[in-house]
Amino acid sequence: MTDRFVMSRARPSSNFELATWLYMRVSGVLIAFLLLGHIVVMHVLHHVDEVDYSFAAGRLANPFWRIYDLVLLGLVVSHGVNGARIVIDDYVRSHGLRTLLKTALWTVGILFLVVGAFVLFTFQPVTG
Amino acid sequence: MYRGASGMYSWIGRRVTGLGLVLFLLFHIADTALLLWGPEPYNLVVRIYATPFFRLAEVGLVASVIYHGLSGLHIIALDLWDRAHSYQRQLVILEHALFLILFLPVAYVMLASWLLH
Repeated sequence: MTDRFVMSRARPSSNFELATWLYMRVSGVLIAFLLLGHIVVMHVLHHVDEVDYSFAAGRLANPFWRIYDLVLLGLVVSHGVNGARIVIDDYVRSHGLRTLLKTALWTVGILFLVVGAFVLFTFQPVTG
Repeated sequence: MYRGASGMYSWIGRRVTGLGLVLFLLFHIADTALLLWGPEPYNLVVRIYATPFFRLAEVGLVASVIYHGLSGLHIIALDLWDRAHSYQRQLVILEHALFLILFLPVAYVMLASWLLH
């Protein structure tokens, strides 16, 4: 019984794995708080049938929400990409396919992070 | 292959919800990017979130977020608290009880505001 639990307590061996192991915990806790705010505002106080261009424009007119969304974006993309990387490492045995999938994952992750950040930095509502 | 006791369900649930959330995240970043093309394309796409299928899917999305977060707190407890492994079964029960306590009222609010609107 104890032996099985000793395995689960094993700490990562490389610096990268140690850093990402810690990062998943820290970012996870931060995301829990920020996402709680996001869900309460967007899905409980407001509802999806209210969301349209003018709603989004009104929300992004406030710099607070731009910064909030930017921080949340960076946290969830990095947390999500790293989580998916761990799943790929666990299940994909072929070395070539694993490299291919992880390259695709990081490419998509960085691309979406840049696109999301670009929207938050540059969005100006079209009037009229 | 990992064949744990009750904690395994928390682990599987965390993986499945995590991958689902990543897929939604990519879609959600893409729909938000449509803001840059003006009202027409953005409104056209976000309108699908108000359809019955996506209103239900939205409840599943919130369930995934709550489950994934509580499951994450569970492993943080295992990491930080030496004796946590002796209470693994209790932690799993606590995690799932908290899930119901948090999710059911939120699901009620979301569904009631939709169905009684």
